[in-house]
Amino acid sequence: MLSRTANSLYWIGRYVERAEFTARLIEATIRLDALSARPAGQGAWDSALLVAAADYDFGLTGETRSPLAISRYLTLSASNPNSIRSCLDAARSNAKSVRTALSRDAWEAINRAWLFLRGRASTGGSQTTLSLVEHIRAETRGFEGALHRMLRNEAYSFIGLGAAMERADNTARLIDVKYHLLLPEGERVGGPIDRDQWTTILHTVSAVTAYRWLYSEGLKPWLVAELLCLKPELPRSLVASSEEVVGHLNAIGKRTGLQGEADRLARVRHNALERTSIDTIFGQGLHEWLTAFIYENTRIHLSIGQQFRFS
Amino acid sequence: MAGAAAFDEIRGRPGDPGGRPEFAQLLDWMESTPATEFDRRQKAAEAAFRQLGITFAVYGEEESAERIIPFDIVPRVFTAREWASLSEGLVQRVEAINAFLADIYGPRRILADKIVPEELILANPQFRPMLAGAKPPHGVFAHICGIDLVRTGPDDFWVLEDNARTPSGVSYMLENREAMLRLCPELFEKFNVVPIDSYPDMLLETLQSVSPRRQRAGATCVLLTPGHFNSAFYEHSFLADSMGIELVEAADLEVDDDKVWMRTIEGRVQVDVIYRRIDDDYLDPLVFKPDSLLGVPGIVAAYMAGNVALVNAPGTGIADDKAIYSYMPEIVKYYSGGEAKLPNVETYRCREASALQYTLDNLEKLVVKLVDGSGGYGMLVGPTATKAQVEEFRTALIAEPHRYIAQPTLALSTVPTLTEAGVAPRHVDFRPFVLSGADGVTITPGGLTRVALREGSLVVNSSQGGGTKDSLILADDAGGRR
Repeated sequence: MLSRTANSLYWIGRYVERAEFTARLIEATIRLDALSARPAGQGAWDSALLVAAADYDFGLTGETRSPLAISRYLTLSASNPNSIRSCLDAARSNAKSVRTALSRDAWEAINRAWLFLRGRASTGGSQTTLSLVEHIRAETRGFEGALHRMLRNEAYSFIGLGAAMERADNTARLIDVKYHLLLPEGERVGGPIDRDQWTTILHTVSAVTAYRWLYSEGLKPWLVAELLCLKPELPRSLVASSEEVVGHLNAIGKRTGLQGEADRLARVRHNALERTSIDTIFGQGLHEWLTAFIYENTRIHLSIGQQFRFS
Repeated sequence: MAGAAAFDEIRGRPGDPGGRPEFAQLLDWMESTPATEFDRRQKAAEAAFRQLGITFAVYGEEESAERIIPFDIVPRVFTAREWASLSEGLVQRVEAINAFLADIYGPRRILADKIVPEELILANPQFRPMLAGAKPPHGVFAHICGIDLVRTGPDDFWVLEDNARTPSGVSYMLENREAMLRLCPELFEKFNVVPIDSYPDMLLETLQSVSPRRQRAGATCVLLTPGHFNSAFYEHSFLADSMGIELVEAADLEVDDDKVWMRTIEGRVQVDVIYRRIDDDYLDPLVFKPDSLLGVPGIVAAYMAGNVALVNAPGTGIADDKAIYSYMPEIVKYYSGGEAKLPNVETYRCREASALQYTLDNLEKLVVKLVDGSGGYGMLVGPTATKAQVEEFRTALIAEPHRYIAQPTLALSTVPTLTEAGVAPRHVDFRPFVLSGADGVTITPGGLTRVALREGSLVVNSSQGGGTKDSLILADDAGGRR
């Protein structure tokens, strides 16, 4: 496989995953906003910007921080390189240049999602926004479905690798935002707003039921953190994403007969995650631990690029 | 002017009650299918094309960076007899084109024999002196030719233009057929149509056959594209995909020791055959345009060293140049020993004083073309042009006569076409695709029919409002099955 093709496939995986995550984030934020009285609802939108790493750039647009402006910025803005529109643009552009490596179904799924957003200028109110992001999630699910029907060859592995790398990054950012999310004055830790915030995080990764199934206790922040970091049963957890990264790299190594630094780093990370407990993580400081995880994820990302000669 | 008297390929000549009895069933089908039903199917086809991303880009149009070529659902049909005689003429012409190229880049006998004026070749920008002495693997220069034909009567076919560089459009031939099979299956029950879906296999066989390696099997073939911003990118990816070969960009290739390699995740792999869809000018910055970023430095040296086959070979533009076109009957006769089976359209070479005078005297009757123009740009269609346009060309002709040729306006044939006012005749042309490999010449039984959608218009180019149709070749002349 051409190195350029592998690079594009990897980025298709990342961008589609990022688009889907942003859609989930908006859905959950609308929910949190609706559930809580202001100013907590406003806080939900501010934290959405933080999770999407778009807080600083949004500030540059000079727009007021209204729910409408923020959801438009995260969904449709062409000037936000991580908006759903920009992600789908980039995914499609990559897909177009490597069409021969994709199945027809997979290409059509990306193209359809892109066509859907192409004519949209405004998200409208929260009802319209909800139906918009639901539609996008349906399209990205369609892409995942098409992906699973693809040949299990390198193309499949590179897309999967990109998606797993992106998912690890997104989930880590999502947990970390709770660190930034300040409770309004007078609210106590474990109070209703605190609990709503944790529930929203679970909603974002569709893990509310999973939580109930795995833990018989009520909602406990440290258990939510454990679920999202260390439970292999949850596909979006850090440990599950790390395992997927190792798996895709193994599959590529098997087909090409080559392994390298990326394989080594990915295995080391996965082993470490398997041996860690949530107590250790809290002992180290959740925020510090997550920051280190995101840093390590970037290091693996760079070594993947080197190993397969992406540039 | 061409509209009223034109020969219709399905209905025959206007006023001729006999018409074309072999197509009676097709007429029945056209007349019995309600307009709304045609409309529905046509929209379904266009929606499918858009979803597949079968688009092309029109340069200079930012707004609609990606458009689909309008598809017309009423097909064009050739009988087996018509196709057989066309094929003969096409084989003869393409064999002559390859013999001509081997001669021009070799011994130049045809110049010594004064069949073609020497300065017309040697001073032509399409002639690449640095390629003199080139011996492409298996002696083939123009592996893929698209010959543009027009028709004026039942047996009157004319070659309008040869395309010996990188002719495009074959993906439309294949996708149009797919659409027709899905949307009008009843047509294929009525008529015994020769399938075209082996084209990618035939193309791959042609590519493998010209591999410079002794062993044909296992030759590494790639398709070199300028990238996905190119207007024909869909076709590049479609063909690479259908053949199962890598679609590469210049950055994926490197030349080392006069051999071409591609960069893969497992290291570099030597490439034997490159189906390149990049113009000569951009192919190799060391030989042609030095500022080209689309090209591969050293690729021409690898070709000259015989280590890689370039499909088509560089320098083939000298065979389809419009100034050379007018000599094609002589060229075909010179190499084949017989008269050209497919005639040229009568052509006035404005570089010759008498032809220039005739052209200037008859501008409003003639079609005037730039020798090096393409895509319907730089062209005057006298009968439909405004006074100002005619005067503009008059000035240009007097200033640089050698850059122009002129041809009479032909009464191009028409084919019934779905229009806003129901089914109506529209002018068409036809581009069959001819493959030349180490084992000879093959032609897929089909081609690209382009149709001028505007009433009376003769310009079929997609960049100028043209559309496409499926072109059916019948397996026998019995009038169909049953």
